[in-house]
Amino acid sequence: MRIWIEKQRNLIDFTLSSLRRRLGKNIALVLTFTAVVFFLSSVILFTQALKKEAALILKGTPEIVVQRMIAGRHDLMPLSYGDKILQIRGVTSLTPRLWGYYYDPAVKANYTLMVSDRQPLAAGEILIGPGISRSRQVFPGDLLSFRNYRGEPAIFQVKGLLAAESELVNSDLVLISEPDFRSFSGLASPFVTDFALRVRNPRELNTIAFKITELLPDTRPIVRDEILRTYDSVFDWRSGMVVVIFSASALAFIILAWEKASGLSAGERREIGILKAIGWETSDVLLMKFWEGTVLALSSFFLGFILAYAHVFFTSAILFEHALKGWAILYPDFRLTPFIDPYQVVTLFSLTVIPYLAATIIPSWRAATVDPDTVMRT
Amino acid sequence: MNPLRPSSLFFGFLTACALALILISLHALIQPRLDQERLTKLGRMVEDLTLTDLCLFTEARYTRHLSQADLHSPFQDHPLSLEHFPSGSFVRPPQRFRPPHANLD
Repeated sequence: MRIWIEKQRNLIDFTLSSLRRRLGKNIALVLTFTAVVFFLSSVILFTQALKKEAALILKGTPEIVVQRMIAGRHDLMPLSYGDKILQIRGVTSLTPRLWGYYYDPAVKANYTLMVSDRQPLAAGEILIGPGISRSRQVFPGDLLSFRNYRGEPAIFQVKGLLAAESELVNSDLVLISEPDFRSFSGLASPFVTDFALRVRNPRELNTIAFKITELLPDTRPIVRDEILRTYDSVFDWRSGMVVVIFSASALAFIILAWEKASGLSAGERREIGILKAIGWETSDVLLMKFWEGTVLALSSFFLGFILAYAHVFFTSAILFEHALKGWAILYPDFRLTPFIDPYQVVTLFSLTVIPYLAATIIPSWRAATVDPDTVMRT
Repeated sequence: MNPLRPSSLFFGFLTACALALILISLHALIQPRLDQERLTKLGRMVEDLTLTDLCLFTEARYTRHLSQADLHSPFQDHPLSLEHFPSGSFVRPPQRFRPPHANLD
């Protein structure tokens, strides 16, 4: 065993010296390989963590949201519809929701205005999300001016900020009292935005949704599963812009790695010929090439993955921020809970390290099986 | 004293990487437990305020509330117009909207 270990160490020593002779080329290869693994791992870790977090957070979302549709568009819901829905067996409660949007020209951002029974607010008072506080530089006690539906200024006092640790759901939220919301938006009292329903038996959700559409054909029920599925498909990595842009550079890397690994240079062929001529077995040459591939691929994989983990979970994926932000002014400042799917790590390993090893060993095996004299002469 | 062999340096590097991976695995195991309280609070806020969506893309109404947007909103300019907000490139339409209603070409 000791002899075997010593042999491997000697081979690694030889391989590293051989790699040092083409230092610039190999460093470039390791850097590109690391960048590819870093980027792919970052996308995978980020999307997995986000999906997991969305599933955990949105567990408490209403079981069914009922919207009214007119000519295929979301319209205001008459309160009278609520009585009809409550008659459906299995519906335990119905909460009329009042919410909407406000475009703030001062910072060119969209806010979500919402009325909540759980947060009692006096007239003229609002609670705002941390994103709004950051972009407008307003804090508890300050006054915030919006323009109402008639174009007149409406001044509110910021009673407090919503919890900063919940930015992923409340960054752009403005909680407002019902009378203020109605006078601000011009929404008449017999209407609300939509209904949130609670249902006794979760297995009856689809049946109840079907009954609602039968009873009120101009409505659209959105069940919780659909909401969760929407977030499951968010950042689907096959369709992500990041991955699409990245795929061009990944392809360039594959060509580079393939060219480097499979196309043995004349110098490398001569090296193999000399090694064989001085008594190396074909298996020794293959072992040397195996170690060469392992040194490059394993180092790059480890470095890329470790950097990607730090990028996603310690810097909140700072490199993706601009792509995610798009044209938005408000962007939540959030930190994701780490989640690693071992299956995906193994897949990434198999798709990067193993093909590179194969691409290194196969051409060397071809060169190593040819007569050394012929190899050296060509 | 013998000079350090290149293989020793390589194994040193691999050991450092293995240690970093062990630390990462520990972090990935421990951090979710530490975040449990934060996630519970977030879940409670979603339940209390009857929220339906994550505040990820605030650039347009239909990207802010992905699950609540109506069928036409991403195509307000023209039924065949390309979606013009960058977040449209990240998000796939919900499953129920994916089969085309008619061939528009």
